[in-house]
Amino acid sequence: MADVKKIATRQAYGEFLAEYGAERKDLIVMSADLSGSNKTDIFQKAFPERFIEAGISEQDMLAEAAGIAHSGHVVAASSFAMFAAGRGYEIIRNSIAHTKANVKVCATHGGITVGEDGASHQTFEDIALMRVLPDMTVISPADAVSAKILLREEFEREGSAYIRLGRSGVPVVYSEDADIRIGKAAVLREGSDVAIIATGIMVAEALSAAETLAGEGISARVIDMHTIKPLDEEAIIRAASECKGIVTAEEHSVIGGLGGAVAEVTASKCPCRIAMVGQHDCFGESGKPAELLKKYGMTADDIVKAAKGLL
Amino acid sequence: MKTVQELNEIARNVRIDALKGIHAAGAGHPGGSFSVTDILVSLYFNVMNVDPEHPDMPDRDRLVLSKGHAAPALYATLAHRGYFDPSELLTLRKLGSRLQGHPSMELCPGVEMSTGSLGQGFSAAVGMAIADKLDGKDRRTFVVTGDGELQEGIVWEAALSAAKHGLSNLTAVVDWNNLQIDGRVDDVKKVDPIDAKFEAFGWETFVCDGHDMQELLDTYEKAFRIKDKPVCIVAKTTKGKGVSFMEDKAGWHGKAPDDEQLAQALIELGGDR
Repeated sequence: MADVKKIATRQAYGEFLAEYGAERKDLIVMSADLSGSNKTDIFQKAFPERFIEAGISEQDMLAEAAGIAHSGHVVAASSFAMFAAGRGYEIIRNSIAHTKANVKVCATHGGITVGEDGASHQTFEDIALMRVLPDMTVISPADAVSAKILLREEFEREGSAYIRLGRSGVPVVYSEDADIRIGKAAVLREGSDVAIIATGIMVAEALSAAETLAGEGISARVIDMHTIKPLDEEAIIRAASECKGIVTAEEHSVIGGLGGAVAEVTASKCPCRIAMVGQHDCFGESGKPAELLKKYGMTADDIVKAAKGLL
Repeated sequence: MKTVQELNEIARNVRIDALKGIHAAGAGHPGGSFSVTDILVSLYFNVMNVDPEHPDMPDRDRLVLSKGHAAPALYATLAHRGYFDPSELLTLRKLGSRLQGHPSMELCPGVEMSTGSLGQGFSAAVGMAIADKLDGKDRRTFVVTGDGELQEGIVWEAALSAAKHGLSNLTAVVDWNNLQIDGRVDDVKKVDPIDAKFEAFGWETFVCDGHDMQELLDTYEKAFRIKDKPVCIVAKTTKGKGVSFMEDKAGWHGKAPDDEQLAQALIELGGDR
């Protein structure tokens, strides 16, 4: 997929905000001293009066966001995933999710592809932390196109949400007119031997893995689980019953993340063999994103190996 | 508008009903409820523009009880203000009640923000005041916080935000009773001098007696004359105010009275009148 166009989902987020801000006058965007990195600066330039620079105070930003939302606004609150979901966890739980605040926590720099910043900035726990919260929608887009579509749908809804976005460019796998809906997994490739259920940047890797597997006579279904919550259980059960096994692929800890979520569904409703590709209970380190994905086992090759192991 | 005498009478009844609710629940926070009672009664009855018949009135003033554990005092104040019948106060903390152990905005009319996890209400109130300023709304936000609560870092993050945005539409009242669960605030982790800290953070501050209705009302008036920055009123209070054996005792932070203690407390509060 070397010739495929790559765009970071954070870029799509910034562009979405500027487009959407023109339509929604009640949209407030907040950022905690990272507007250049999380791309909220694109909105800031267009609508400076509706941009709030919260400073290096993620907890305060999130609780303020709840207060602003409960004053009749929709609020996009942005920081790195580590500091939004990690540092801000209890505020997101008590002041946002529990009060059903119309706050969309848009966290960029999720996962290991933060790269050189190293372990302190690489989040493998955010999906797990957010998906255990009642009344939270958790979205993890695969590419820039689907990110914009899913962001728009989520911002049109009332309620609390966590949207995980990435730092590094990812291949565009969707067309602009793709039919993508929150809570409905997208089957990007049909297959019957094995199902690869992927989220975020791992969707492109899954497509690449399916191509490799096809060359070896193995038919792999590729499912983009862009919505972690509410989880499309039907798509998982169908995959479990129609294929010989499931490979989950995520740029996140397999504990509590997509792997855990899929296992919860299959264990109770349609037991099947599962192999999990993701971060395996360890911290990351500094390095280039591609180097890190390889070292920590989150590439198309790893998915291929995992799929073969199931057959 | 109520007279000072009337406000004191309301506060007396609020304390009585709050304590009856805590007794019926077998759990709750009488100490901090009694220290904050006069602050809440003075605000809800003589200062805030609210309509108990229409809790969601668009331009109402809003109050966030950031020290959410003082919920019994807030509920009793709201009930006496007319938001709901005071008889409901006996459902405090019971299964299915609108009166949760800590305030729930989803359930209880008049509660503007769910609180309980200390510090967050302060920050949420700053968010509300920011929103009103952006929207050009001419109304006030009040946030009532404990002095022990000021040990939470988020309060100071929010204090910086409030100063940055010049939130003269925000009034913070600190229920300064110098007690927290583990002892004196001065010993556990000193926050004094509170006024100097808020001043250094860019706020205007006033110190007053948190149990003197006239002084509280006069201080709010002074606070509303400040037009360029947020105001913090440090109200000196006594934890457990009104009941001799509870006054200034950390042990009464989160404990319900037994039957005998309730009877004694009601006599002291004039509940038998």
